[in-house]
Amino acid sequence: MGVNRIFPGGGAAGQARPGISLLSRLRAWGPIVALVVLFVGFAVVDPTFASLQNLQTLANRSAVPLILAVGMTFVILQGSIDLSVEGVMAVSSLTFGMVVLNSRTGLDLGLLGFPIGIAAGTAFGLLSGLIVTKLRVPSFMVTLGVWSASLGVAMLLSGGSPPIIRDHTLRAFGLGYFLGVPQLFIVSVVVLILAWGVQNHTRFGRYSYVIGGGEDIARLSGLPVDRYKILVFALAGLLSGLGGTMESARIGLGHVDIGLGQMFAAITAVVIGGTSLSGGRGGVLQSAVGVLILAVLANGMIFVGISPFVQKSVQGVIILVAILGATWHLRDRMRIVK
Amino acid sequence: MTAPVLRVEGLSKAFPGLKALDDVSMEIRPHEVVGLVGENGAGKSTLLKVLAGLYAPDSGRILVRAEEVRLKSVAHAAENGVGMVFQEQSLLPNITVAENIMLGHEDDAIRYGVYDWPKLFGLARAQLAKVGSTIDPSAQTDSLSFGERQVVELAKVLTLEERTRHEPVILLDEPTSVLEAEEVEMVLRQIRRLRERASVVFISHRLDEVLEVADRVYVMTGGRCVAERDRASCNVAELQELMLGHELSDEYGRRAQDRPALAGEARLSLRDLSSGHHFRNISFDVRRSEILGIAGVGGSGREEVCRAIFGARDFEAGEIRLDGKPVRFADPSEAVASGVSFLPSERRTEGIIGGLSVRENMTLAHLSSIMRGPFIDRSKEKQLARRWIDRLSIKTRDAETQVGLLSGGNQQKVALTKWLIADNPKIFILDHPMRGLDVGAKAEIFGLIRDVSKAGIGIVLIADTLDELIALSDTIIVMRDGVITGRFDSRDTPPTQLQILEHMI
Repeated sequence: MGVNRIFPGGGAAGQARPGISLLSRLRAWGPIVALVVLFVGFAVVDPTFASLQNLQTLANRSAVPLILAVGMTFVILQGSIDLSVEGVMAVSSLTFGMVVLNSRTGLDLGLLGFPIGIAAGTAFGLLSGLIVTKLRVPSFMVTLGVWSASLGVAMLLSGGSPPIIRDHTLRAFGLGYFLGVPQLFIVSVVVLILAWGVQNHTRFGRYSYVIGGGEDIARLSGLPVDRYKILVFALAGLLSGLGGTMESARIGLGHVDIGLGQMFAAITAVVIGGTSLSGGRGGVLQSAVGVLILAVLANGMIFVGISPFVQKSVQGVIILVAILGATWHLRDRMRIVK
Repeated sequence: MTAPVLRVEGLSKAFPGLKALDDVSMEIRPHEVVGLVGENGAGKSTLLKVLAGLYAPDSGRILVRAEEVRLKSVAHAAENGVGMVFQEQSLLPNITVAENIMLGHEDDAIRYGVYDWPKLFGLARAQLAKVGSTIDPSAQTDSLSFGERQVVELAKVLTLEERTRHEPVILLDEPTSVLEAEEVEMVLRQIRRLRERASVVFISHRLDEVLEVADRVYVMTGGRCVAERDRASCNVAELQELMLGHELSDEYGRRAQDRPALAGEARLSLRDLSSGHHFRNISFDVRRSEILGIAGVGGSGREEVCRAIFGARDFEAGEIRLDGKPVRFADPSEAVASGVSFLPSERRTEGIIGGLSVRENMTLAHLSSIMRGPFIDRSKEKQLARRWIDRLSIKTRDAETQVGLLSGGNQQKVALTKWLIADNPKIFILDHPMRGLDVGAKAEIFGLIRDVSKAGIGIVLIADTLDELIALSDTIIVMRDGVITGRFDSRDTPPTQLQILEHMI
């Protein structure tokens, strides 16, 4: 998070040993504490907040954001950003909606719709990665462009009449429960666990930390940095695609606005969870906590009866407070924030 | 005589406006520690970077084990058994020590695409054992001290042994310049140990250190290699003479009679300044033209006191007075506006902005003096810059040259100018103003600091070495664990280093 110090030896550099003290451990637990406090708080005000039915609602709301946050986490770990999420989701959603049994085309590929929709998303992620690395344009600009471009492709596919999905198996998958748990949420948790393994135990995961921590050092060490950067955007595209198809299966529609508001929510979740926007620090589990905080917050406000007209503002204030709390210990007069 | 492992012949390398290497020839023999000394800008770092595959030479030959090679990249140099530890540490703070050591060579510790952590830690431990270190390979790198990180760098570079069939050549660019005394000793010990398994070339500005460790010393000036000496047959004075081309008669010579009389009220007074455990009951006065040196080891609190004066950190109790008026700066901009300036120790990252021109660096803190209405008066700004370039004899092509291209001493002069052009400078806080400078540049900055003080500015000084501190200060205070443990009048009867040291540790 852009933490530079003008004064070396002013505490952080030499003597202090971060990551060991009790205090710094507490800090790592901060987001979890916040999540628990929020949850308990809402449950106290209205016990039905903790009912099975509402827990299922929470799981449903978190399923797709979790997947998106995982992809975003890897991108941000590498010190890049992906603003194309919503466009890529839209392309995947429409691709998916138009190859399964639907109101627009004669196709009926069934489950094959998932890999096809996801492939469409991956292709756009790959495109972002290639432009970032080969043409050396900052990811912020590239993904902004790809967002718009992919949204345009989705609109073209949609042609004003979104395909209605009529495949009952797919709908059943999107809406169904297994042992009381929404099936989409199970998919998200599986993705999260896989991502956690990838993050901690594979070259791609570890090199993401290396690249985010110091791309110049990574290059000097002879690492194929570009390969991993392309890979991370492709992964983000893949997961945006997965999110888009899952959401489509749930609402039964291939739609341009399928990802509306998801990109910003994903970045917020990643940051609230404690992943540094400047790269190199954080992880997918932290982001998952961030996603849950946002879900509990949005859902809980309805329970405690906060007017829908002010919910957005309240949410914004709470997010700011959360981030303030998470970064409070970094405050220093000489800290450079950008 | 044994055949050299590395040999360069007639190596030249030019950068725009600068001949960095000019027909350099030298050789490094097996199991030899070679010291490379010279003023800043003499071409030492450039030479190592060429050998490490970072820069391609314009002309000349590099022979590794009698075979001519064209080193295309750092990785290619590594294949030839040549590895470098860069001046700016190149370890990633956010991953484990083991990952840093094995970075890019984790293959043996990856099974089916998954890291075998115990294996990776084992491999790293084996590298650390080579330098006799017991640092935990699973530790997060940013939990290590700078000295420990330097040892990890050495362990990392020794992975060359496994990757090539040869004994490595290890290039060290100022491995000790940022370390505290006891850590320097540890790193020097490691360099001596390396001799058993590798050849080492190392750059240092501390000539006594070079003579302590190196078997042979090459002296560079102005991009040329001007002398080669065996350790046995030379001493510090001779090296200095070779580096400068003339003898330094009285290096830091300062006599009381050269100094202006210290009279009048204190410009800066601290009374019982305290802030938690960082520092307690700090009181001192700095009068007009006085240079007050603060001695202390890392963690003594002297940096924190300086930060508090400059408004870069808060304090809990006590008082700061500037020209008799109580002040408490909420942030550094208020301090600057009141005539208190700070020269940070990290010149390259904090003292100057390398990508901006000499002119822009000089005026950036005091633009108001060159404004005409809402606009910058460019010609006035240029005039100002040229005047200071002349006054401090800054070696630069012109005022538009990027500061990053100047040598360290000249960068420091630009950083000082930034504060000198203030309307009414009162107090300069100088944090390691001579760090990383060679002997010649040091002497110049020395003179400059004295001249600055003569203009009535009070100076608070944190110096790299005690002899610098003793030579430059009128008054010395010693800090230990956040409190003042000693005071010396250094004007007429300067204290010895030992006297100061007794109060430091």
